[in-house]
Amino acid sequence: MNDTFEIVNLHARIEEREILRGVALTIRKGEVHAIMGPNGSGKSTLANTIMGNPKYEVTGGQILLKGENIVGMSPDERARKGLFLAFQYPCEVPGVRTANFLKLACNARAGKELDTMDFYDKLQEKMKILDIEEKFVRRYLNEGFSGGEKKRNEILQMMMLEPEFAVLDETDSGLDIDALKIVCEGVNKLRGPDIGILIITHYERMLRYIIPDYIHILVDGCLVKSGGPELAAHLEQHGYDWITKDK
Amino acid sequence: MSEPVPTNSPVAREYKEGFHDDIKTLNSVPKGLSHDVVDYMCDVKSEPDWMRRFRHESLDVFLKQEIPPWLPGLRDEFNYDEFTYYVSPVEKSSRNWEDVPIEIRRTYDKLGIAKEEQKLLGGLGAQIDSEMAYHNIQESLAQKGVIFLSCDDGLKQYPEIFREHFAKVIPPQDNKFAALNSAFWSGGSFVYVPKGVKCDIPLSVYFRINAEQFGQFERTLIIIEDDAFCHYVEGCSAPIYTTNSLHAAVVEIYVKERARCRYTTIQNWSTDVYNLVTKRSLISAHGVMEWVDGNLGSKRTVKYPSCYMIGEGAHGEVLSLASADKGMWQDAGAKMVFLAPNCTGRINSKSISGHGGRSSYRGLVQVAKNATNCRVQVNCDALILDPQSRSDTYPTMEVNGDLATVEHEATVSSVSDEQLFYLTSRGIKKEDAVSMIVNGFIEPIVKELPMEFAVEINRLIGMQMEGSVG
Ligand SMILES: Nc1ncnc2c1ncn2[C@@H]1O[C@H](COP(=O)(O)OP(=O)(O)OP(=O)(O)O)[C@@H](O)[C@H]1O
Ligand SMILES: [Mg+2]
Repeated sequence: MNDTFEIVNLHARIEEREILRGVALTIRKGEVHAIMGPNGSGKSTLANTIMGNPKYEVTGGQILLKGENIVGMSPDERARKGLFLAFQYPCEVPGVRTANFLKLACNARAGKELDTMDFYDKLQEKMKILDIEEKFVRRYLNEGFSGGEKKRNEILQMMMLEPEFAVLDETDSGLDIDALKIVCEGVNKLRGPDIGILIITHYERMLRYIIPDYIHILVDGCLVKSGGPELAAHLEQHGYDWITKDK
Repeated sequence: MSEPVPTNSPVAREYKEGFHDDIKTLNSVPKGLSHDVVDYMCDVKSEPDWMRRFRHESLDVFLKQEIPPWLPGLRDEFNYDEFTYYVSPVEKSSRNWEDVPIEIRRTYDKLGIAKEEQKLLGGLGAQIDSEMAYHNIQESLAQKGVIFLSCDDGLKQYPEIFREHFAKVIPPQDNKFAALNSAFWSGGSFVYVPKGVKCDIPLSVYFRINAEQFGQFERTLIIIEDDAFCHYVEGCSAPIYTTNSLHAAVVEIYVKERARCRYTTIQNWSTDVYNLVTKRSLISAHGVMEWVDGNLGSKRTVKYPSCYMIGEGAHGEVLSLASADKGMWQDAGAKMVFLAPNCTGRINSKSISGHGGRSSYRGLVQVAKNATNCRVQVNCDALILDPQSRSDTYPTMEVNGDLATVEHEATVSSVSDEQLFYLTSRGIKKEDAVSMIVNGFIEPIVKELPMEFAVEINRLIGMQMEGSVG
């Protein structure tokens, strides 16, 4: 109970349109799951609904974080309880320095004012792992960052916040080959008995670095198929046609 | 006298400077404006005849002048006879805090002004109502010939320099409020920095209104000689009453050849104060003028710091920051007037409107026919926090000089849901996220401010914006 993240028969809509139509999924700490699925099938909707984006309305079902239903909670509350979302399109916040933002976020997560020196030591350690330059965190949050830099910044935030359950929405898109490897290594460093991870991706290549325990396929707002890591290679070869036809 | 509104009343803005002290008045006049008041002031101040004539003439100009139609609300909003035009709780400006009357010192203690002195300041002045209670300059600067006095003392002690420069940049005819100030001016600073002297620590002045239904008309004259430098910083506050007060200042600045002046204002009047200020500088060849103008308070502000580039290669800059909260209308902006070739200018204006507040950017860029090859860049960004609030932009460009480059960019934005979700998804509470976004918005200007001001501004704006995004 205390080490599971459970989605129960989740329905959600945006602007009167139902996108998620009964999603069910259980992730235990220590596990890595992946969701794949065609464009528009509702992957980002699922990620946003999990994090509590007010744009999306839950019309049925539950999201249980360590047994507690978090539907209706504000995003910041969810984050402080250990949930994290790496955004598909991280947004820019002009004038707010990345390091200052990270410090406030870490304070919020810790529920107390962290020691500045300790914070910077940790920040530097994580930046080294992700091969991020010193001056990067002095820049304004995501402003003028390249696509790849933004994604790296998401993983840096995840490493700093040490969530218990994390959703990575297409973190691989926009990363070049070397960056993908570095970022995946970073995620692998985090991987362990204290965290459950859900990776959303279109491509097998990310899953070659971070080998998931389970792969699920989302089509039209429903998880239609689940399997082991071998499913990724199959999809890479055959696309989604065979599943949609099956249906 | 009406009760001051308690500062913890449920208004949007928390205003810790809104207290009122009982301070004994030494000299004052009956309510209303008249030639008698002018005579009274000239007598109390023992002014020379030319100044007496100047004041009377200015009053006549004031009585004849109209408020331009583009300043709605100011034409009939108040009755000039409701204000008191001269209130002085001090005999003269002191150089020692010990000589300042104790109850005035108490006010400044509460405002944290006396402590300012311990910080690295080149000089400090403190005006209460009509007069400067305190004015002092560091010995090292005085020895280099830097003059930093109340404007009244400037007139007394340096009559030639004073008369040569006074009311030449802003004559009484310039506008109705300049005329009003010219008639009743009192206090303000007189600054003179001799050739080549770099005043690298700021001269700082604090203006306090304590009296009710009062008009404060300080007058500042700054002369920076060739190759010299000076940074002048001013702040202000007033009690919260249920009646209005008027603050109509005039600031005239001479930036001579290759000289540089930076003038920083943190205006934090209570929402009873009409703040109608004329600020202008004349910039000679290769001189640099920088106005850093922060408007955080007042009921209504009308102020467009101006740069008149009169010498080749002069540079003028206005960084303007306005925050309009409940019951406030910030009509701020800038003027850039190019009268010589190869000059450059930059206006960077940021405004925030929340809780039904209103802000306007009003800008004028003028390039004279002979002012060839000038370049000016205008950026003005408005952030509107809720649907009750409002922001307008009124840019005017008159370009006659050849080869001029004029860039104008304006944006209006709100705190986006996307940004809020992003920040809150990291555990940051919504209020803090709003405050972060707002402070981020003004950061390009705040980073130009002295450290302690930057901290204060972030605090004030954080407070003003609390609960303003639904
Ligand atoms: N603001 C919106 N208004 C209306 N429809 C929306 C909105 N946002 C998303 N949708 C729709 O919801 C559906 C699911 O979108 P979602 O972003 O969840 O897909 P996705 O699986 O993440 O796709 P991709 O692989 O392209 O990232 C799409 O049909 C999309 O057009
Ligand atoms: Mg998506």
